[in-house]
Amino acid sequence: MSVPRFWRKQIARYNLVGTHCKKCDEYFYPPRNMCPACRREGEIEEYKFSGKGEVVTYTVIHTAAEGFENQTPYVLAIIKLDEGPSLTSQIICDPSNVKIGMKVKPVFRKLGQAGERGMIYYGTKFVPEVADKC
Amino acid sequence: MRDVAIIGVKNTKFGELWDRSFRDVVVEAGVGAVSDAGVVGEKIDAMFVGNMSGGQFVEQEHIGALIADYSGLAKDIHVPSTRVEAACASGGLALRQGIYAVASGMDDIVIAAGAEKMTDVPSAKASSALAAAADREWEGIMGATFPGLYAMIARMHMHKYGTTSEQLAQVAVKNHQNGQHNPIAQYKTPITVDSVLKSIMVADPLHIFDCSPITDGASAVVLAPADIAHEYTDTPIYVKATAQASDTIALHDRRDITTLDASVAAGKRAYEMAGLQPKDIDLVEVHDCFTIAEICAIEDLGFAKKGEGGIVTQNGETAIGGRIPVNTSGGLKSCGHPVGATGVKQAVEIVEQLRGEAGKRQVDGAEIGMTHNVGGSGATAVVHIFSRNR
Repeated sequence: MSVPRFWRKQIARYNLVGTHCKKCDEYFYPPRNMCPACRREGEIEEYKFSGKGEVVTYTVIHTAAEGFENQTPYVLAIIKLDEGPSLTSQIICDPSNVKIGMKVKPVFRKLGQAGERGMIYYGTKFVPEVADKC
Repeated sequence: MRDVAIIGVKNTKFGELWDRSFRDVVVEAGVGAVSDAGVVGEKIDAMFVGNMSGGQFVEQEHIGALIADYSGLAKDIHVPSTRVEAACASGGLALRQGIYAVASGMDDIVIAAGAEKMTDVPSAKASSALAAAADREWEGIMGATFPGLYAMIARMHMHKYGTTSEQLAQVAVKNHQNGQHNPIAQYKTPITVDSVLKSIMVADPLHIFDCSPITDGASAVVLAPADIAHEYTDTPIYVKATAQASDTIALHDRRDITTLDASVAAGKRAYEMAGLQPKDIDLVEVHDCFTIAEICAIEDLGFAKKGEGGIVTQNGETAIGGRIPVNTSGGLKSCGHPVGATGVKQAVEIVEQLRGEAGKRQVDGAEIGMTHNVGGSGATAVVHIFSRNR
């Protein structure tokens, strides 16, 4: 991903900042400019998520996406945040310990790098809330 | 709105066509369909080409014009040609645009084609190009792959409904069983549940034999107003419904991870348009990019109760000769999945079946068939219903 493309949503990625619609009281992460529920009638404001959530579903990736080759096997999951929205991220954990419904909390991690000398992407990954599940 | 018929069809061979270029395969399919219909170039009013990612696979954009040119439709007669893109649903959507053109009365004879040339790049590049059909900024950046997204659907389906890896494998086994009788299929070798389960794990719980391959190929159909279809062929196949629906591009935003709401909505619209129900459909070509996708599809389209897609498959109800034959062509799994072509290829299979020309794959007495083409992890769904009778 190009630097400007990443940079635009850097705050959202670094700090789990999404949006909240004041009108329908729904929360969105990734952030949305328009509320998909009340559409143009909505009132969108920034919202920082606590980051606590649970695993909706997951997979263990053995054939990696480009740039993730040295991370296999890695756990990719959909995580539902306590405030309601779901997002896709990785869970840093022994793959055999991941379960649907497992409680997780966020950690700040390197996501990848644009080539050998390129920009390093950081963002949010997750770990089990209970440390002995790692 | 005018009734529309398909009067000519053609698939190229699907597979690793290293000796053929993108334009070679499209021209072969297009010229084949036109000659099947007995149409001459001057009669063609418009052309729609489904193509997901020419820019990434062959570094060629402006696909519409390229194909018009190399099909001999550009010079002198200047036939308008439009590229249509909706990821893996590009072909189905090109067909839908062609139907619109004829149904509206704007055009009479229209070609709808689909094509992809995926093996000109290394498989890692191909996978990366395919990942562009998901949300690159919020799924791809986290290391999501397409098998990974469908694996998360599969995991949830197993958790919620008790679907098993064996049941997933049975989808692949059935589709290879069908594909061995399809002359265009990439893989004509039958496989077993055991061989699926022993194949390498790509994204748990999906093995490599749960995944459709990377494929080159093209498909084309010729459309005409139903009123004049008999001037060209004794066996026109009529379009009874065309429907399309959208959903969130990212899997994580879905209402229910195990249901493709776009498939449900497109299916419902198609049934309403045709005045038909699932029990009226004699066979269906569904989008089995992964084995779990076929299980979701037959549930979403009303051929199995929610959660019972695995059991229905296990019971043989979706085999040729079963209650509702699914993917008689071999599906994306055995036939191959040249992403832009698949939606048109599905229609070619249904036409061959309804004409009674499907050989060893023939479904006895097939009158009404359906196609179901999905883009991404379910952000676009395109459903068509075709009939032997007007």
